[in-house]
Amino acid sequence: MKKTVWGVKALIMAGIVALALVAGGARVDAWQQPPASQEGFVPVENLPQREQLPAAPLVMGAYAVAWVAVFGYIWSLWQRLGRVERDIAEVSRRVEAGGRR
Amino acid sequence: MKRLFPVLLLIDIAMFAYAPVLIQGAPYEATMGLVQKIFYFHVPSWMVMFSSAFVCGIASAAVLFFKRPSADRIGVAAAELTVLFGMIGLITGPLWGRKAWGVWWQWDARLTSSLVLWLIFVAYLLLRKYGGAGSEKLAAAVALFGMANVPFVYWSVNVWRTVHPTTNVVMTLQPGMRGPFWWCAFAFLGLYVLMLSARVRLESRRAELEALYLSVED
Repeated sequence: MKKTVWGVKALIMAGIVALALVAGGARVDAWQQPPASQEGFVPVENLPQREQLPAAPLVMGAYAVAWVAVFGYIWSLWQRLGRVERDIAEVSRRVEAGGRR
Repeated sequence: MKRLFPVLLLIDIAMFAYAPVLIQGAPYEATMGLVQKIFYFHVPSWMVMFSSAFVCGIASAAVLFFKRPSADRIGVAAAELTVLFGMIGLITGPLWGRKAWGVWWQWDARLTSSLVLWLIFVAYLLLRKYGGAGSEKLAAAVALFGMANVPFVYWSVNVWRTVHPTTNVVMTLQPGMRGPFWWCAFAFLGLYVLMLSARVRLESRRAELEALYLSVED
């Protein structure tokens, strides 16, 4: 019997991509060249705005990832359930037709 | 559960709709600032992941020791949700860490053990898909190991030196943060119960279809 398992496949693929990103990030860190030696340090009161990593895109990204994952899974579940229901209806029809003969 | 499902669904939708208001109103953390607000989805997703690992482990024990087909259906459904919520935690965590620690990932005890736990449940799903006949027993044994791993992952931050905050953070939350956090935690738990029941229904319907096919062949 052909089973609908692409939802599991999608989860596994997403996992592999996440792993690849983590491993890739670690490699990039490992291969980065150290900056040239400085002769002296100049203190400043506040970090320039362009140097600061903004938090808002990271926060929005985190919430977006959570929602995309949840809705993606619900959609895949809906599709799989729909397919099974259609198959049940089809086989039931065949069983009934066979019984009438 | 059939009658309870729409009620729980409505409550959960309302909880998630109000969650952004609570999160927005929660105070900023002194050292991390805005990025700490990832906490309100990150920690509940791990809480649900750990709970789901326990559900899968207990169901798998029932499969191994009592040979219950209904437990197998719960086991496979819970394993899939363990992977889903674990994936949310594994992605939201580095987004938080990038700002808070300056790096996306650290191979420390908490982060590495969490990744290993998630991989155990990915292995469960791979076994179910490609293991062939009888793979449900081997997968059930894998799920038991996964469940046994959960306490180690939870306590890892208290035992080993790690960049990750300790488990005390949740218990010592300030009132302004405590309310939104537990609100989100219960919303996630409700979402988990809803998704689990829907996923178990899919497995039950598949079993019915299987029985129908067999009756046609006979």
